[in-house]
Amino acid sequence: MAKKKTVKKSYRHIIQLLFAGLSNSFVTGFIAGKIYRGNLKYMCHPGLNCYSCPGAVLSCPIGSLQAVLGSRAFAFSTYVFGIILLFGAILGRAVCGFLCPFGYIQELLYKIPFPKKINNFKYDRKLRFIKYILLVVLVIALPMALKTQGDSSPTFCKYVCPAGALEAGVYHVTRDRLVNTAPVVAQNILPTGNMPVIQIAPGATAFSSPQMRIGFLFWWKISIMAFVLLLSIMMYRPFCKYLCPLGAIYGIMNPVSLYRLNLNKNTCISCGRCKKSCLMGLDPVTELNHPECVRCGDCVSSCPTSALTIGFQLGIKKPETEEKIS
Amino acid sequence: MKKQRAWIVLSIIAVLLIAVGIAANEPATVLKKAINICLECIGIG
Repeated sequence: MAKKKTVKKSYRHIIQLLFAGLSNSFVTGFIAGKIYRGNLKYMCHPGLNCYSCPGAVLSCPIGSLQAVLGSRAFAFSTYVFGIILLFGAILGRAVCGFLCPFGYIQELLYKIPFPKKINNFKYDRKLRFIKYILLVVLVIALPMALKTQGDSSPTFCKYVCPAGALEAGVYHVTRDRLVNTAPVVAQNILPTGNMPVIQIAPGATAFSSPQMRIGFLFWWKISIMAFVLLLSIMMYRPFCKYLCPLGAIYGIMNPVSLYRLNLNKNTCISCGRCKKSCLMGLDPVTELNHPECVRCGDCVSSCPTSALTIGFQLGIKKPETEEKIS
Repeated sequence: MKKQRAWIVLSIIAVLLIAVGIAANEPATVLKKAINICLECIGIG
């Protein structure tokens, strides 16, 4: 039984690796310094994966949501929101646990030995509400509010997202400095006075040499990225816990998603091993399918009586309180 | 029981929303944003 549970845990890591690789499989992008421009990008990635990553073959759902909400052509997003809703209804935050490349990166960093791993502290639960605030303000409200003069910027991507900084920013800026390619002419170049200054009109996304543009914003994003990555060594998935707006949406659907945890209260012996094993700081017995649960399955693996199970709950089961004691 | 069926209702709503979005040509906006390097995302623009 122990071997079976260990094998199940390995399956998740294999799925994470495969999906991260497949969804960033545009190798030409890494070699040539460009991004995939094909039709697969009509589709959104289920997790947080910047579409400006040279390997990305799908669109980031949060970036896409902001792009549509910030577009004067749309009052609200139904296509992108519908895709996120569909992933959430079926998987909930199993997307975080299985399919999100940035979540995977944080998990890998957490494996690095550190004297004191911190997963429970005084303000932990209160700080988890930050991601809901970021979702409402930076992902939804500001892009919608700031499009009065033209399509608005994706404010979460611009000011916070460490996935974009890591997966796209570091690569493109570093490559630009190393390869020193001539800048591609950007849209709406506005020379100013005697000093030609390449400016990019608001909303334009044509590539120009990043060397011309590195400033406070870039270093701010790199700082956030570095902070999150360093924190990931001592804390399990800090971005997922406190900052991820996509996790916030999926978490809302955790209690009702098709893929879910199930607890047999008749076989549960209240040993507390599931609570000790949960790196998201949850007690699976009292907080089953909590919005913070990323469906990693560690609690299931730790349960000595298999009272906890996880999977696609297709059957209509009687509530555990009505099960007969054998 | 209601929770176990809620995912069906949400999924149906999601599919309908996707269909409405496709009819409104929303995927074109998604693609347009995704196939150009997002300067905001990389901390440049």
